[in-house]
Amino acid sequence: MAVKEFEKPELKEYSDVPLLEKKATAHLAPFKSKEEFQSSLGYPGELVDNWQDAALDKMGDLLKKYRSLRVYLDSCIQCGACTDKCHYYLGTKDPSNMPVGRQNLLRSVYRRYFTLPGKYFPKLVGAVDLTKEVLDDWYSYYHQCSQCRRCAVFCPMGIDTAEISMAAREIMDSVGVGQKYCNEIIGKVHKIGNNLGLPEPALADTLEGLEEDVKDETDIDVKYPLDQKDSDILLVTPSADFFAEPHVDGLIGYGKVFHQAGLSWTLSSHASEAANFGMFIGSYANMRKLAMRIREAALDLNVKRIVFGECGHAWRVAYSFLNTLAGPFDFLDPKYPVPQHICEVTYDLIQKNVLQFDKSANDDMVVTYHDSCNVARASNMGDVIGGQFTIPRDIIKATTNHFYDMDESTIKEKTFCCGGGGGLLTDDLMELRMKGALPRMEALKRVVDDYGVTHMAAICAICKSQFSKALGYYGFEIDQIISLHQLVGNALIMNKKEL
Amino acid sequence: MSLVTIIYGSLFYFATLILFAGIAYRIYEYATIPAPLKIPTPPAPKTKRGVAVRLFREVVFFESLFHSAKWTWLFGWLFHFALLLAFFRHLRYATDPVWFWVSWEIVQAAGHYAAYMMLLGLIGLLVRRIFVDRVRHISAPSDYLILILIIGIALSGLMMKWYPTDIFALKQFIIGLIYFSWSELPSDFMLLLHLGLVLLLMIIFPYSKLLHAPGLFFSPTRNQTDTARDSRHIADWARKLES
Repeated sequence: MAVKEFEKPELKEYSDVPLLEKKATAHLAPFKSKEEFQSSLGYPGELVDNWQDAALDKMGDLLKKYRSLRVYLDSCIQCGACTDKCHYYLGTKDPSNMPVGRQNLLRSVYRRYFTLPGKYFPKLVGAVDLTKEVLDDWYSYYHQCSQCRRCAVFCPMGIDTAEISMAAREIMDSVGVGQKYCNEIIGKVHKIGNNLGLPEPALADTLEGLEEDVKDETDIDVKYPLDQKDSDILLVTPSADFFAEPHVDGLIGYGKVFHQAGLSWTLSSHASEAANFGMFIGSYANMRKLAMRIREAALDLNVKRIVFGECGHAWRVAYSFLNTLAGPFDFLDPKYPVPQHICEVTYDLIQKNVLQFDKSANDDMVVTYHDSCNVARASNMGDVIGGQFTIPRDIIKATTNHFYDMDESTIKEKTFCCGGGGGLLTDDLMELRMKGALPRMEALKRVVDDYGVTHMAAICAICKSQFSKALGYYGFEIDQIISLHQLVGNALIMNKKEL
Repeated sequence: MSLVTIIYGSLFYFATLILFAGIAYRIYEYATIPAPLKIPTPPAPKTKRGVAVRLFREVVFFESLFHSAKWTWLFGWLFHFALLLAFFRHLRYATDPVWFWVSWEIVQAAGHYAAYMMLLGLIGLLVRRIFVDRVRHISAPSDYLILILIIGIALSGLMMKWYPTDIFALKQFIIGLIYFSWSELPSDFMLLLHLGLVLLLMIIFPYSKLLHAPGLFFSPTRNQTDTARDSRHIADWARKLES
């Protein structure tokens, strides 16, 4: 689908905070989910008759289940510290895309029905009735949040807008208003095993093709095994890694690492998807169901370790939630954390001198690194504070000669989302995606101008897909986004050892 | 006993009840609602001790705010710190004999000058709320009124330097309330205004955004340890999904 006409933001030398334009992106809303996809997730197929009551009941239910929701709705002092922190506000100028503006859409209804002053003095405290217009605003603006948590880092109370947008999406789903992109994909995972609906034979075929490609390139038989029982490692990776560019170069890299280290590993056709879109729609039950596939695959294939490929939100669910959702993993090797990130595996092997690199293989690139939001702000690596920032950078430095970080205010815990996270990586939100990419593109432009950076590495399938579009849109080359393990794969010195 | 004394005395009991029972109830609610998933933001501590240090830095220095909005941090911190100093100074009306450190010259003087600091902070916050378009956009009437209310408290308190009251009688009144043996409240306008505004603040506390005070301690992004891979963190309602 072509990008619809809309005003293109200008890449400025110094980013500034725009003056607000009310309702600038009120017209943006993703396609709604059809009845069949709604019902397969256990939600009503269309807006239910008594939707107001049902929505308020659901809100009341969530307020008793999630401390975050309750505390965050109560604790905002409307100080405005977050107002210039969201990439969607910076790109769209719409005040409902300021984190507090977005939260207030739900907070004003919460105040109206769940607090004393809101019941008796609604105007005084900015409380509003739950009308159809409010519901439409919820649908628009809670699908203009990528749940990247940048606001949560800056908020003096730690209010996490992601928690609120997840709750809002769950409330909407429960009254029959779901988002097509997320709900259709979750349905596919339940039915087939991955986001792309890639069945087992197609997957096997793709992996065979990969083996041939790598053989042609290196003259070495690197294997990309599928459903190989009794392997040591189960690799769970986003399905985009199987054929999308530049994702697949990352998968090639993982295979080379495992091969060179002599580790036995396998992919699973049952759990052929790392991403867990249950988180995007705020549904614990769906998230759990999706996570259970990974447990089932690990048991079925009798592996000793679980390793996740490059995928941001997947790593959040894996690192922060998997043990809770689908644990305990006491049947795995206790010597390793469950699960591990592919970067942790590679990093450990580098530390142990198992992997050697010829950095000059990447000399055609000057590299910067994009911290994917959910890796940076919702997970960790290597069990030292800040490992999620240092480990990927240390791997890049071990595999390339030319690395430069972007501006400090746009990386690590302050990183900007790519603009496509949180279930928004869909063509019907292209305007939002391109505008939301603005802050990252501006930061990239500065290192391109200052240091001659040619490529940006990332460890998230959504980031890679989103930047492939956004780079072209802002006048860069679309292949300037690369997988981190592409650098690893390029520079890794391989010898022909037989397993 | 004057009517003013009866009204203010009764209001003091009422407001104190609302304030303490209200906050206690909110804390009970926050503490008993489960946090079913680990969601700490970086830099996330691995230990409870680390969490304590993090919360200390947030509460005492407003660390996150410092990184996000320097003017808001400056005005907000000045106001809150001044509030603490003013509170210490006022303890001389509620402790008998006066706690030794409360009567120190430095505590009393700091508490006095704190009024100016508080006004500076509050007016800064108000100006920001009015003139920064993004902050103006999010402001409800209550956001302005709470600032104005506290400005009123600070101003009326400060004005008592020029419109003095019988502070011995005032202390008698306060101590009388504490020990349930009432005595007359001096009925000077500035004092009644000052006390009235304070009572109003106490009453709205548990029903307003002032709940950010207990809220911060229950904020999962700030109070959780980053130990998700080490142990399961499962809520009771979530465990029911497993059967």
